[in-house]
Amino acid sequence: MEIRNFTLNFGPQHPAAHGVLRLVLEMDGEVIERADPHVGLLHRATEKLAEQRHWVQSLPYMDRLDYVSMMCNEHGYVLAMERLLGIEVPERAQYIRVMFDEITRILNHLLWLGSHALDVGAMTMFLYCFREREDLMDCYEAVSGARMHAAYYRPGGVYRDLPETMPQYQTSKWHDEAQVHESNQNRRGSLLDFIEDFTNRFPGYVDDYETLLTDNRIWKQRTVGIGVVSPERALQLGFSGPMLRGSGIAWDLRKKQPYEVYDRLAFDIPVGTNGDSYDRYLVRIEEMRQSNRIIKQCIAWLRKNPGPVISGDHKVAPPPRADVKADMESLIHHFKLMSEGIGMPEGEAYAAVEHPKGEFGIYIVSDGANKPYRLKIRAPGFAHLSALDEMVRGHMLADVVAVIGTQDIVFGEIDR
Amino acid sequence: MSEYYQQLATRIGERFGDAIVESKVAHGELTIEPQPERMLEVCQALRDEEGFRFEQLMDVCGVDYLDYGRGSLGEREFHLASPAEQAVNQRQWDKPRFAAVYHLLSVAHNHRVRLRCFAADADFPILPSVIGIWSSANWFEREAFDLYGIVFEGHPDLRRILTDYGFVGHPFRKDFPVIGNVELRYDPEKGRVAYQPVTIENRSLVPKVIRQDHRYAESAAKGEK
Repeated sequence: MEIRNFTLNFGPQHPAAHGVLRLVLEMDGEVIERADPHVGLLHRATEKLAEQRHWVQSLPYMDRLDYVSMMCNEHGYVLAMERLLGIEVPERAQYIRVMFDEITRILNHLLWLGSHALDVGAMTMFLYCFREREDLMDCYEAVSGARMHAAYYRPGGVYRDLPETMPQYQTSKWHDEAQVHESNQNRRGSLLDFIEDFTNRFPGYVDDYETLLTDNRIWKQRTVGIGVVSPERALQLGFSGPMLRGSGIAWDLRKKQPYEVYDRLAFDIPVGTNGDSYDRYLVRIEEMRQSNRIIKQCIAWLRKNPGPVISGDHKVAPPPRADVKADMESLIHHFKLMSEGIGMPEGEAYAAVEHPKGEFGIYIVSDGANKPYRLKIRAPGFAHLSALDEMVRGHMLADVVAVIGTQDIVFGEIDR
Repeated sequence: MSEYYQQLATRIGERFGDAIVESKVAHGELTIEPQPERMLEVCQALRDEEGFRFEQLMDVCGVDYLDYGRGSLGEREFHLASPAEQAVNQRQWDKPRFAAVYHLLSVAHNHRVRLRCFAADADFPILPSVIGIWSSANWFEREAFDLYGIVFEGHPDLRRILTDYGFVGHPFRKDFPVIGNVELRYDPEKGRVAYQPVTIENRSLVPKVIRQDHRYAESAAKGEK
């Protein structure tokens, strides 16, 4: 009998491909010999588009890169601009940014957990995770007006202060007075009260997830020993974030190269030992608990310290609306900022943040104009996906799905 | 931070001598410019030698300096501008057109460095591939090739990565229009989609303006912050 390899096409429309990934797999029976990911099906040339617009106009594009961790992308972009401009950000704005970065991290890890578990056959997780995401997206909505693509960060701070009220549920033909009263229970106070209520509930939810998965026999069979990456290879392959920590390297930009106020907050960095999918799962679960801890500390600080949330340098941040109506100079500043944009000094800067998926870096080259000369987005998923071939070699077809899941792939950032 | 990188710059300068064309610390970041011919030697040493230990290549970024320092003011606005502002919008780039910018990270020593390597020939930009030193260069170099047409010599699989199958041109070059050259439409006669030249016009809503800003000029004159 003649045995020959065959080539299998996976995607680009496949529910387990987490977007538009086309994989060309060379198989020997059910064992992968080579995997060739074809990416770029979601390429929108974000970097080229940013060259056509002034600096702040490109900010909403950042939300659309990794569309499950929106504010962290914005954070990388505004940090790069601030580094080039050399401006100070008010402390309150820094705390707000850190708090929302961590909310975003939980949002991202919940989506990852839900979809990863769904991919390897655990349906319930998806429903639980989306229940919690709902609350966090309400926080996004309360602060920015948008549930996902917030466009909330600005060079020099954030767009506005935290609101004192939360949006309320209304009665409808599906929900009567009593039900709505119940759902609005934790929405009576300010946004901070709502987030605090969430942080009190959330550790219990994480316990629930762990009850369902951590010792689950099927879950362990699908993840233990799958996609093992040694620490040396992880460094060689440009891994960062949970992918690097899962391989046993204690590297977290929030600790090692702290930005904003991370050096004042208490939190721990979980590290794996075996570098397999199961360790990366444990790392991410623990990161959610640590994010919850950080959010609590931010809430306590934010309650005690009111203050400005955006820089007073009106060459960068527009003056308050009331001033624009009354003061000539403010009006001019506002007009120049909205029409021509920020005048950036000449130079280049690279700013990296610890994005939920890894190191998200923004490299900007400015020739002194009101637009970026070159904007490069260093997406963590791009480096991770390039290692897919190495991670799945010798595994079975079904493990490809588990490895894509453990890499936490989102095509918005890979294809840009 | 800047002092640390000044020292690192000195150490790199002493180690490599004239293999480094230029090195500069700005905004707490170190940029060095190795000679393309000695790029691989420099990279290998930066990865392996105890004082540097740059185990990770975080990013490779192509840059096209064609329009660097040139504003796109309309004729009328240009004549209204002061001579100094006219000059600052009409600078000439005096280095090669294409460059690849590498961002290295050392997990062991917690420091970063940026390498910029210029490709001498603008018509056929060619640089050595660092894939033998850092495996992560694979896709990053494919991307720079796809978007800028920079050829990385020694790369085993230099295919396009982000653009469509059969794409013509290198879309991130400054002389490639943002609207593209071709568009797709359904051809009812042929019964399939077909390419045709674009039917839309290129327009820019925000002209590119370079202002002479005294705040920046003063801080630049004083030296680095």
